[in-house]
Amino acid sequence: MMMIFGIPAPLLFGQLLLGLINGAFYAMLSLGLAIIFGMLNIINFAHGALFMMGAFVAWMLLDYLGIGYFPSLILAPLIVGVFGVVLERTIISRLYKLDHLYGLLLTFGLSLVIEGLFRNAYGSSGLPYRIPNVLQGATDLGFMFMPNYRGWVVVVALVVCLSTWAIIEKTSLGATLRAATENAPLVQAFGVNVPRLITLTYGAGVALAAFAGVLAAPIYSVNPNMGSNFINTVFAVVVIGGMGSILGSIVTGFALGVVEGLTKVFYPQASATVVFLVMIIVLLARPRGLFGKAA
Amino acid sequence: MFGFSRSQSIAFLIMLALIVISPFVLYPVFLMRVLCAALFASAFNLMLGYVGLLSFGHAAYFGMGAYVTAWTMKFWHLDAFLAMALGGLTGAALGLVLGYLAIRRSGIYFAMITLALAQMVYFFCLEAPFTGGEDGIQQVPRGHLFGFIDLSNDMTMYWVVAAVFVGGFLMIHRIIHSPFGQVLKGIRENEPRATSLGYRTDDYKLIAFVLSCGISGLAGGTKALVFGIATLTDVHYSTSGEVVLTTLLGGLGTVFGPAMGALIVTAMENYLAQAGAWVTVIQGVIFMVCVLAFRRGVIGEIANWRKLTL
Repeated sequence: MMMIFGIPAPLLFGQLLLGLINGAFYAMLSLGLAIIFGMLNIINFAHGALFMMGAFVAWMLLDYLGIGYFPSLILAPLIVGVFGVVLERTIISRLYKLDHLYGLLLTFGLSLVIEGLFRNAYGSSGLPYRIPNVLQGATDLGFMFMPNYRGWVVVVALVVCLSTWAIIEKTSLGATLRAATENAPLVQAFGVNVPRLITLTYGAGVALAAFAGVLAAPIYSVNPNMGSNFINTVFAVVVIGGMGSILGSIVTGFALGVVEGLTKVFYPQASATVVFLVMIIVLLARPRGLFGKAA
Repeated sequence: MFGFSRSQSIAFLIMLALIVISPFVLYPVFLMRVLCAALFASAFNLMLGYVGLLSFGHAAYFGMGAYVTAWTMKFWHLDAFLAMALGGLTGAALGLVLGYLAIRRSGIYFAMITLALAQMVYFFCLEAPFTGGEDGIQQVPRGHLFGFIDLSNDMTMYWVVAAVFVGGFLMIHRIIHSPFGQVLKGIRENEPRATSLGYRTDDYKLIAFVLSCGISGLAGGTKALVFGIATLTDVHYSTSGEVVLTTLLGGLGTVFGPAMGALIVTAMENYLAQAGAWVTVIQGVIFMVCVLAFRRGVIGEIANWRKLTL
């Protein structure tokens, strides 16, 4: 068996792949947080709950309506995105004139409500979601066996992240969005409907979280706590990357997932805390985050 | 006395009277839970209400205080006074280290960093052998205070908890109304200006954070002593969220608000204990209502209505 640094190669690559998958979720979630923060100036604490909701909606679509994985990949983010739009219009938009911290507190309350409701309805033991037939099985890559679904998750997440980046950085819609992030009143003076842009941004950010949730459904069991388990680490990822750059969020997310995976190989006890340790080092060396703008 | 205004003196006397009378009417163990929560929330309020920094990870200091008090009581058989003091010192020491990191950023980032650091503490407690992992530290003896006061009696324990609460409460009040506290409020209102006046604002923030964490650790230690248990719940982020809710509901930046909030939240949990996960939903709804329509909190509304400082 091939050994790398005294570690069997399949084990090393296996953990690397797991790390990449976690990293894909970190990237998608921190990307959504960064987009929402840029436009609404609030930290969407409910992001984890909406991620969980995405997984649950996919599960419900399959269980109640018989709608499979691939349609759910589109439908579930749409449904949760509409839910997000309603939330933004009815509740969150009331806070824009207040201190940013109130947005954090409100969305924290929101996440308690959403998670509590799902826990009441479905318990917290978790529901299974089958991997679609096309993506079952594994492929021999020569140096390791890769479960097809896991490879699919990494590729799809990467495509979605990069498309989001392209939309924001390379299209005229993205340019309007960036301009409104910099100076909303001025963009409004040019005739752009900024409140609608804000609403749609929130909807899109939420839909991204739900999309990640659907991807996660077959990997982790669908349970009400799946979001809050992730979101605390994602906050550390956001602090490390800084919220100034879209590409930065993506890179940081994937990189930290890989770091976590490697830690599982070399020093498993620290794998849960390594992201936080990286955050401490970044705070000491570069408080504004790796890709953050100076305050 | 202690820099109380007239209205605050009256409110303080009412609170003292309630603390003295209530154990004869209500269940002392419930009241001790309220007092521990009240002390914890008052300590948290010192940061959010007076420095304007939202720490979303105060459970770390509360929980570590609880673990250290529980551990030293159970395995070192320390005097209860020493064990509680060690709980407070642990909170303060941890606050010094983590606060040093967190105050490098302000606003929303401060909240996220404190949350993330607390999550790290949680994972540490999950893995570390001395916390007992999922079981926690159970069957902690209450022991004796100063060697001769037996705390196994609930009423005796109650008076000790009441004394700890009143002491901590007066200390926080004294901090807020000292020249140091005035500087803190100045930093909250306008940090660049405080800097330009020559104050090293980071030092002030860190000292306030350490004090707040120390008192939180004391509250955690006292709680562990009362209930004879320290568990992962004490360091979990839901505990951090709960102390935010308590303070917000009672009245942010008011002296008596956190105690009022603690009474309401603890009573709610007590009476809704059968409702299971609905407690979380109700807490979430209260959170949202507070943020949307009730930002002054109970005490803040009363103060505003009667034009008082409370």
